[in-house]
Amino acid sequence: MKPSAFDYVRPLSLDEAMEQLAIDPFESKVLSGGQSLIPMMNFRLARPERLIDINRVPGLEGIVPGQDRVTIGARTRHLAVQNTGLQGPLGSLLRTAAAQVGHLPIRTRGTFGGSIAHCDAASEWCLVARLLDAEMTVRSTRGERTIPAADFFQAIFTTAMEPDEILTSISLPALDDHHVTGIAEFARRAGDFAIVAATAAVKIEDGVVTRARVCLGGVSEVPWRSQAAESALLGSAWSAGAVAEAAAAAADEVDPPSDSHGDADYRRDLVRALLPRALNTAGAGS
Amino acid sequence: MIGSRALRIEDRVLLRGAGRFAADTQRAGELHMRVVRSPVAHGRIVSIDGTEALRLEGVTAVWTYADVADLPAIGFRLTPREELLPYRQPVLARSVVRYVGEPVAVVFAESSYLAEDAAELVDVEIESLPAHLDPDAEPVVWVDAEQASWAAGNGERLPAQDSEASVFTIGYGDVDAAFSSGEGRVFTMDARIGRHTGVPMECRGLVAVYDEAEGQLIVDGAAKVPFWNREAIAAMNGLAPSQVVVRETHVGGGFGPRGELYPEDVLVTVAAMRLRAPIKWIEDRQEHLMATNHSRGQHHRLRALVDEDGYIRALDATFTLDQGAYVRTHGATVASLTASMLPGPYVIDNLRVTAHVRLTHKTPAGTYRSPGRYEGTFARERLIDAIAHGLGLSREQVRRRNLIGPEQMPYERPIQAMGTHLVHDSGDYALLIDKAAERFDFPAIRETVSRRRAAGERVGFGFGYFVEKSGIGPSEGARVVVDSAGAVTVLCGASSVGQGVDTVLAQVVAEVLDVPHDSIRVVRGRTDQFQYGRGAFATRLTVMAGSAALNAAKAVRDKAFRTAAAELAVSVEQLRIRGGVVEVEGAEHGGLDLGQIAGILEPLRASELKEEPGLAADGWFHTDHMTYPYGLHAALVRIDEGTGRLEVERFMVAYDVGRALNPLLVEGQIAGGVAQGLGGAMYEEFLYAADGTPQSTTFMDYLVPTAAEVPPIEMLVTEDAPSPLNPLGVKGAGEGGTTAVAAAIASAVDDALQRPGAIDSVPIKPDTLRRLLQPTTTHDVPTKE
Ligand SMILES: Cc1cc2nc3c(=O)[nH]c(=O)nc-3n(C[C@H](O)[C@H](O)[C@H](O)COP(=O)(O)OP(=O)(O)OC[C@H]3O[C@@H](n4cnc5c(N)ncnc54)[C@H](O)[C@@H]3O)c2cc1C
Repeated sequence: MKPSAFDYVRPLSLDEAMEQLAIDPFESKVLSGGQSLIPMMNFRLARPERLIDINRVPGLEGIVPGQDRVTIGARTRHLAVQNTGLQGPLGSLLRTAAAQVGHLPIRTRGTFGGSIAHCDAASEWCLVARLLDAEMTVRSTRGERTIPAADFFQAIFTTAMEPDEILTSISLPALDDHHVTGIAEFARRAGDFAIVAATAAVKIEDGVVTRARVCLGGVSEVPWRSQAAESALLGSAWSAGAVAEAAAAAADEVDPPSDSHGDADYRRDLVRALLPRALNTAGAGS
Repeated sequence: MIGSRALRIEDRVLLRGAGRFAADTQRAGELHMRVVRSPVAHGRIVSIDGTEALRLEGVTAVWTYADVADLPAIGFRLTPREELLPYRQPVLARSVVRYVGEPVAVVFAESSYLAEDAAELVDVEIESLPAHLDPDAEPVVWVDAEQASWAAGNGERLPAQDSEASVFTIGYGDVDAAFSSGEGRVFTMDARIGRHTGVPMECRGLVAVYDEAEGQLIVDGAAKVPFWNREAIAAMNGLAPSQVVVRETHVGGGFGPRGELYPEDVLVTVAAMRLRAPIKWIEDRQEHLMATNHSRGQHHRLRALVDEDGYIRALDATFTLDQGAYVRTHGATVASLTASMLPGPYVIDNLRVTAHVRLTHKTPAGTYRSPGRYEGTFARERLIDAIAHGLGLSREQVRRRNLIGPEQMPYERPIQAMGTHLVHDSGDYALLIDKAAERFDFPAIRETVSRRRAAGERVGFGFGYFVEKSGIGPSEGARVVVDSAGAVTVLCGASSVGQGVDTVLAQVVAEVLDVPHDSIRVVRGRTDQFQYGRGAFATRLTVMAGSAALNAAKAVRDKAFRTAAAELAVSVEQLRIRGGVVEVEGAEHGGLDLGQIAGILEPLRASELKEEPGLAADGWFHTDHMTYPYGLHAALVRIDEGTGRLEVERFMVAYDVGRALNPLLVEGQIAGGVAQGLGGAMYEEFLYAADGTPQSTTFMDYLVPTAAEVPPIEMLVTEDAPSPLNPLGVKGAGEGGTTAVAAAIASAVDDALQRPGAIDSVPIKPDTLRRLLQPTTTHDVPTKE
């Protein structure tokens, strides 16, 4: 469990990082928190020849609330997200989600943007990004572009980023106080990647759902926006029953994988159980 | 001092990070060994080519079987049944590989990074053969005549051998006659225990160097059984045992697998001799999960003949043990212990247990904390629950009806366990149920369960009863030495796998010499410091080494008294020892402290006093019987309806240890044991793909319960039945935390599901529970309390 040999560079500015990455993009990897990359290198599942460590690059950290969007620097640690004072339904979603990422040591080093660039279908941040139609800002020596979440997550461990691009920030829509948000997940042990995770943001005006977003993890290669659940909720009177129906619709809609942690049917059961918990409408005893 | 909650003397070093573990041993010029392992479960080796690896700067050697063809297979340390010999493992695969992870070559290089790079460059071509993975399937041809004869290594020409390495039956009475009597009811149980094992925090590792100046091979990083390993290493290297020094460093956990002599260990020592360089091998976790002994993996089929009141007249049991690809140092230990401990605390008039030890293309299996008892207790206690349900009796009633009574002690069961007669030395099994019920308030728990159940929660309560065994002989020794400053050292053949044996030995000696236990130094696990030691396994050391240390300390005290009596011109009877000072009874002052007495015993004076020089003495303890502690595990569980998550809300252990030399350590052993038992009951399992590829080779797939999953363990440690077999009255505490965890959890889950018998295998996974929660057509019958 020792990585194969690699070169290591630690640029002190974003420009320098982009230039370093441009030298040999296909054989290079950006090192952020290292909580996914380093284990993969130790298993020799990843064999980058060069590591571009962005931990000394200024300007990549922090959560900045704007007019109607909130921008999160790519290198913002999970723990900083967990401790954010951001108000409203988005702040509470971010805090609840962050608390479920791995264990404290992992949250201390691992980063928001690292998770998104890594693109694990059960990752909390990929789910939240897809749920809220986040926009990913990426930069390279060729310039800057912004990629919407719908296009960003392409397959397991595969994003729309080019190998010479660095993810610099992620922007999320601010959610007004009419929103109810939440995330619920199931893993066999505390801190493990979820077998299934459900997250939702629902806007309720005068007791009626006027906007519904539901995103599921662990049921497909990339985070799954459940249209079935969203359309079941939209326009319905906000109630536990409506959420349960949406959960059932989502469970019918997905085509999850089977593995040693659970087969497809079990994952559907989890979808049914977790979505109401994400929205805090699950009754006692369930 | 004995019986006090004394703090561990080991921790002063460990908590400051000053411990020395295998990987901490560094020697100038050391070479790092990396093992090239088979990527296929079964196949014929076509070629292994190390040329590319050798081209790397800093790579010294690449070995394949041809380079070590002179080495025999590794021998059996325990339970060496003759018929198992053809299944022994070569240190490097000969021409066929039999599990993923089997060593096929080794690389030696200047750094561990380089060694791993080089290992990747070794070109191994293997022609895959079909993998045989199901021990319940009909046996297949396993080794050809050549391999069988080679592995047996006794000069005999053997025919090809099939995958059933051993079948043996033990028992007493007449089971067939009982079953054909036409009386009583028959109950059956089909129970499976998944494949899992002990995963110590520290993986395996060894550092060896041949010291030319001393003419000795020095091996650091040993654990568990350094003395046996010294003999084996000496024999394999053609050295006399006195030319080999095996030293235990600190050990990050043992639990059974760690410390046995493995192929890798032999290779380290052989390379140190042949390459004349210090050789270091530190296993990584992925290797550990596919190359270190696995364990458990049993399938039991039990049949009981039972009277209407629940009394078991006969038990007819068959089980298969998934041995994996080779039989390693444990020989038939696990199968043998499973069979002999299967009846547990119950009388059972007629018994027959048949063991099938079967080979599969998986990692070889050996012992793991509570070997055979964890498995057998699960199967047997599941059967008892089934009997209770079938007869409409409470689970407790049936157990009480069958327990061996205190008036029957010592109770001899006419079978053997670990080569000794199985005699339950002492115990009041029913009393422990009473005490546990009172301490943990079982009636209140049952009431809570019904109340919460009525409110719609899936909660359940269950328990399992067990008998453990401990203190296997035959011998253990210790030497207590006092220097001229009065400092006390205990040298012994014991080993520490972190269990606190140093503390216990120090306490025993401290009691006799009346000195603070934390002033005593304990030297163990080093073959150059003591001559014999059987090792740290089978929960034996507190009984064996503890008793030896007691005898040695008493002999030192006697010698100190004789010397002081001569010096002070009084009789020995007038003396006593207090605070490490030998004083005349009744006198205000003028005693001699142990350091002064040691000074008097320097060689010249000693000979005048007709004493051997030095304030030192050896003590030995011999026994030909084991001692049998016993206990009860109980669990309160809740199942989450939506996800099938199983939550252990309370876990309770009542355990009679005969005499608790240090209750703190007993509790620590129980708590750790329970955590590992929960692992096997709910989380840990080695799974294999259809082609024999292991699926659980990282901690992402092999789930060890963490502090978040293990509830606080509630404990009641009793001393109602001291062992009559040793001077301390002590029984072992090392394994009783693990034994009945699966049994208790399964019983509680059945209760929560209100489906008796629903759980017949472990680990119990959430998807299974979720499935069991679905409404079924069969009518649910609640368990009776
Ligand atoms: C035991 C354990 C449990 C875990 N549990 C969870 C969990 O429950 N949920 C969860 O979401 N995660 C979990 N993780 C993963 C953890 O959250 C990682 O921190 C995260 O997935 C990756 O972030 P990182 O900053 O560590 O990225 P790194 O490991 O440094 O990088 C990951 C990948 O992203 C690329 N990358 C990183 N940053 C950038 C960038 N700015 N631009 C371009 N590419 C970039 C890297 O090149 C690499 O390919 C767990 C990890 C461990 C070890």
